[in-house]
Amino acid sequence: MLDAVEAESLRLGARVVAVGVKIGELSGVDPESLRFCFEVLTRNTEWATMALEIEPLPWRNRCRQCGETFTVVEYRTECPRCGSDGTEMAGGNELEFAYMEIEEQ
Amino acid sequence: MTRVPLERKVLSENDRLAADLREGFERHGTWCVNLISSPGSGKTALLERTLALFEPQRRVAVLTGDIQTDNDAQRLARYGFPVRQICTAGACHLDARMVSRALAEWPLKSIDLLFIENVGNLVCPTSYDLGEESRVVLLSVTEGEDKPLKYPATFHRADLVVLNKVDLLPYVPFRIDLARENVRRVQPGAAILEVSCTSGAGLDAWRKWIETHTAAKANQ
Repeated sequence: MLDAVEAESLRLGARVVAVGVKIGELSGVDPESLRFCFEVLTRNTEWATMALEIEPLPWRNRCRQCGETFTVVEYRTECPRCGSDGTEMAGGNELEFAYMEIEEQ
Repeated sequence: MTRVPLERKVLSENDRLAADLREGFERHGTWCVNLISSPGSGKTALLERTLALFEPQRRVAVLTGDIQTDNDAQRLARYGFPVRQICTAGACHLDARMVSRALAEWPLKSIDLLFIENVGNLVCPTSYDLGEESRVVLLSVTEGEDKPLKYPATFHRADLVVLNKVDLLPYVPFRIDLARENVRRVQPGAAILEVSCTSGAGLDAWRKWIETHTAAKANQ
């Protein structure tokens, strides 16, 4: 992740003030652990003041019958609109860079 | 201050390699199965029983992942089919790069069925696509019936859930109906098989599941 930040900041010739990431509920990544690792890795480096902004995203499924996309709560994967249990994951496994805040130099 | 959108997956490199693997499997008609479970649920035992069922000319191969030791590869190599150990040296999952490297010397065109036994772990393996077509998750009856609820990401992407060690059911308080119900809650589309690698119970159904898929693959 920091490699990508470095590559982007070099490409843009700008200082990165913050990095935004999206973390899905099913990504297997714990936001607090990521924050901890991020702090340890950036401590005493040029990235020390860079902020990590985490957007948590819930588990979503899409119904193959009626197309409804819905948030899965309490493991209920059946479609709340038509009742079909033929649904597939539409989100919730994200582990993505969303954006960087940069300061032009 | 300016906001620069990135919208890039952190694991994009893994996904790119997995897409290459998937394309290779499809081109050569190789059916790739990724086996995922906790440590000790019986992935290696199931593979041993499976390889023992096959005729010597069967075009099957196994990659097996562990943090250390090649014990599993040694166990599996006894059956005469190509087996390769991937030692992750600390990593708790296999990733697409490890699989690509391990497959580099194997001609995929001579493999119809490739089993990948992941590192025993119900969390991280689910985030790393290996290019597989099917995912099998094992849950043994000495574990909790609520594992599917505790690890929904893994069970939600299972094509088949194997409830293993059913020979122990008389001795453990495992409620198999509840386990089935929990699997259905997180993944209504998964097939469920009850198997014992010790007694051999359910292995016919497992073999049928394999043969149905390999036959479908051969007809594509």
